[in-house]
Amino acid sequence: MPEINEDFAQLSEQLMLVAGLAYAVAFCAYAWDLVTFSQAVKRGLAGHSADEAAGVHSESRVAEFAGIGSRLAAEQGLGSGPLDRAVRPSSKTHDGSDGITAGDSMRYGAERRVVARVAVALTVVAAVVQGFAVVFRGLAAGRVPWGNMYEFCTTGSFVVAVVFLLVLTRRDLRFLGTFVIGLVLVMVVAASVSFWTPVGHLVPALQSYWLIIHVSIAVMSSALFTLTFAMSVLQLFQARREASIASGKKDKALVMRLVPNALSLENLSYRINGIAFVGWTLTLMFGAIWAEKAWGRFWGWDTKEVWTFVIWVVYAGYLHARATKGWTGTRAAWLSIVGYLCVVFNFTIVNMYFSGLHSYAGVGS
Amino acid sequence: MKETVVKEPVDTGLKSAQPKDGGTGVVLPQLGILGMFRWAWRQLTSMRTALFLLLLLAVAAVPGSLFPQRPSAPSEVTQYLKDNPVSGPIMDWFKLFDVYSSPWFAAIYLLLFISLIGCVLPRAKIHAKAMRSAPPRTPKRLSRLAEYGTVTIPAGSGIDAETAVRDAAGILKSRRYRVDIRDLDTDRPSVGAEIGFMKEVGNLLFHTALIGVLAAVAFSGLFGYSGQRVLVEGETFVNTLASYDTFTPGANFTGNHLTPYSVQLDRLVVKYDRSTQAHYGQPLDFTATMTTKDGPGAEAKTQTLKVNDPVGIGGTNVYLVGNGYAPVVTVKDGEGKVAFQGPVITIPTDGAYTSLMVIKVPDAKPKQLGFVGFFLPTALIDKKGVAFGSDPDPFNPQLNLNAFTGDLGLDSGVPRNVYTLDTSKMTEINSRKLEAGGIVLAPEQSYKLPGNNGSISFDGIKRFAALDIRHDPGQVYVLVFALLALAGLMGSLFLNRRRVWVRTGNHPDGRTMVEFGLLARGEDHRLAGEYAAINKALHTKWLVPMDTAGQNGEQGQSTTIDSDQSVAAASKDH
Repeated sequence: MPEINEDFAQLSEQLMLVAGLAYAVAFCAYAWDLVTFSQAVKRGLAGHSADEAAGVHSESRVAEFAGIGSRLAAEQGLGSGPLDRAVRPSSKTHDGSDGITAGDSMRYGAERRVVARVAVALTVVAAVVQGFAVVFRGLAAGRVPWGNMYEFCTTGSFVVAVVFLLVLTRRDLRFLGTFVIGLVLVMVVAASVSFWTPVGHLVPALQSYWLIIHVSIAVMSSALFTLTFAMSVLQLFQARREASIASGKKDKALVMRLVPNALSLENLSYRINGIAFVGWTLTLMFGAIWAEKAWGRFWGWDTKEVWTFVIWVVYAGYLHARATKGWTGTRAAWLSIVGYLCVVFNFTIVNMYFSGLHSYAGVGS
Repeated sequence: MKETVVKEPVDTGLKSAQPKDGGTGVVLPQLGILGMFRWAWRQLTSMRTALFLLLLLAVAAVPGSLFPQRPSAPSEVTQYLKDNPVSGPIMDWFKLFDVYSSPWFAAIYLLLFISLIGCVLPRAKIHAKAMRSAPPRTPKRLSRLAEYGTVTIPAGSGIDAETAVRDAAGILKSRRYRVDIRDLDTDRPSVGAEIGFMKEVGNLLFHTALIGVLAAVAFSGLFGYSGQRVLVEGETFVNTLASYDTFTPGANFTGNHLTPYSVQLDRLVVKYDRSTQAHYGQPLDFTATMTTKDGPGAEAKTQTLKVNDPVGIGGTNVYLVGNGYAPVVTVKDGEGKVAFQGPVITIPTDGAYTSLMVIKVPDAKPKQLGFVGFFLPTALIDKKGVAFGSDPDPFNPQLNLNAFTGDLGLDSGVPRNVYTLDTSKMTEINSRKLEAGGIVLAPEQSYKLPGNNGSISFDGIKRFAALDIRHDPGQVYVLVFALLALAGLMGSLFLNRRRVWVRTGNHPDGRTMVEFGLLARGEDHRLAGEYAAINKALHTKWLVPMDTAGQNGEQGQSTTIDSDQSVAAASKDH
């Protein structure tokens, strides 16, 4: 067993602190970006009504301010498709030119959001620093850095940030930044304040290569569930807002114009949840194989096993709901949210307050 | 994942159950018993019911994590019942301490699986038929499909409508579509193609394999067995029923399933963390060295047993699940005879192995003797003068015991826990409260009990290993079915079922007009990509330059209408 390197451990904690600060600033930048956008839209709308009072038709100006990646108002008819064609479920039909919601391709538009760029840059910096912190934690212990709750939480939040940044390279999900980086920040703070454990060797029960496989897949699935949780929450807001606008009410949440419509949020989170569900199935299966090796039975309804099973069933329900009449949309989003709350519950409450074979999280010992 | 295939009959079932006239009197439908059964079956196998049962299963599993469960923590259940004399028995009646073997939990998952079977069977039938039949006929208006595109092969290329259809079929075939060329004898030949049958196969496989998992779990419960044995260094365990401390057989277990192998625990070595301050004294490694024999006359082998690394022997696996100290003690009775000698298994209660110890000496005469107390591997004295354990390694081992004389209560035939001493019929003769004081012994020390009751001596320390011995013939099937389920799940989630049709026609001016459309069954976010790939393949095949404006992209829909019209015009001309 390699010696514990206390210098690396200390370095890791300092880096984690820096990463936490960077995330905090990035979080503020994302929030500021939303405010800037909201105010720009407000100004645009105010200008629009002033023009209208003066008898000037300025549809295109509204689009300029309100839409992101918006096209000319002349092309607005594209959203519904040509006359004799049904709405194409697979095509990117809504390009966001109505200004009410963002385009559902979630591609980057032409306009520059400087503050958002700063926020993303800060996220990159924070993630890189946190990456070093995680690596040094692993080097300090001479093993994978997910042997207790502190390490699981810091490594997990790092994976969330990296997955988010990876998705950002292909899709403009910067509107999710406040949520996702907010959650990352919460995880880093919770890890450092409540779950902090000095670096150490693994207890014999955890000394297995299954720790590397089982837990890393659990971390990645949880990271994906974190993204879809944020998207499902936004989907609920957006669905309410769309309904209220459709019923002729005034658009109150201008900031939601940055966010694609509820349907495309639902579609994307369904895709991600599908991948995460396979990951969770693997977590459960590898966990069972490890349990057979360590405790002599592959399934024993240990509290952690129960909650892993509950999460699996809830997300299975979510996947089925998407194919059930009357359960798509809002209800499916709620299932996704409930599933994530179970993930959080499983990690925090079950680890800390429930007794069971998994209670070697390192907290309080 | 289940689509509307089985949903549709449910709606009709519902309708038939509802009164047809909207009058005041409730008219019961003429269903009959068979009709009622069919209606119930349709209800049960409906998607909505399946979803409800699935979510109910998740909720039903939760209480098992909130309350102690008999199979994993029987003593906690007893304690809970003692602490909650009113609510406890009521909860017990609702099987809240045996959630996973309770009738209501079983009812939920059995209903769920029946619903699942009722869903899988008809779908398998439908899909088997679909896999054997040709792709559906070509729709009249391809432009209504989710993805639609056109290719115009210029005049003089030598490719007529028929060749174009065959070419298109070739391209689709090379993309692993199942193709069917039709209407070759008309002026608008077409090809229908379909791909992704494995998506539904995966879906069916996943659900069927889950039934397999459940069956395999039930099977392993029938024929398996598990047992526990605590083995002190130097002791030997022979795999017979009588050698187990506890034994849990499966329902179909008979005693002759046991292979009479033997396991002798030679040594148990425990390593503690001495290099870091933060985790000082935390266990790092448990290694048991054992001498095993496959049978009474077999050759002896030396094997190593560790946590996470069971030893397989005689069809069973032996797991190291616990360890502790077994101080060796000799008790002489009032008549000076050795009434007890040997290692005493203690129960560690904390990280410093402060170990609970009970010695019962029923053979002591004239009165039986009993001892209760602690074994401390490294004893320190706190400010109040009370000894406490400070380290798990035996740096300063010490026995701290209270002694009793009287009736141990072993003769009444009531089963007694070896680790508790019933002192109701005994008199305390040694304790901190008494004048005689408690018994404090270091190794190789002995103590003379007051009142000529004999003596006790602490001879040395051994370690013990708690072993789990398990035989589970069904678990390999559980793994196989779980892997099948996983493969099925991935197929059903990541494969896409698509249909493509290509229709061609000869334009009077010599050009060959081609239109094609794509349709996804279910959600398919990669359909647009497939459209682009087919579009490119068709253009490349006929050496037609890719016309970006003609693409069914985000900007080009108005131009597709033009080409649509041109195909329509072409058909009018014929």
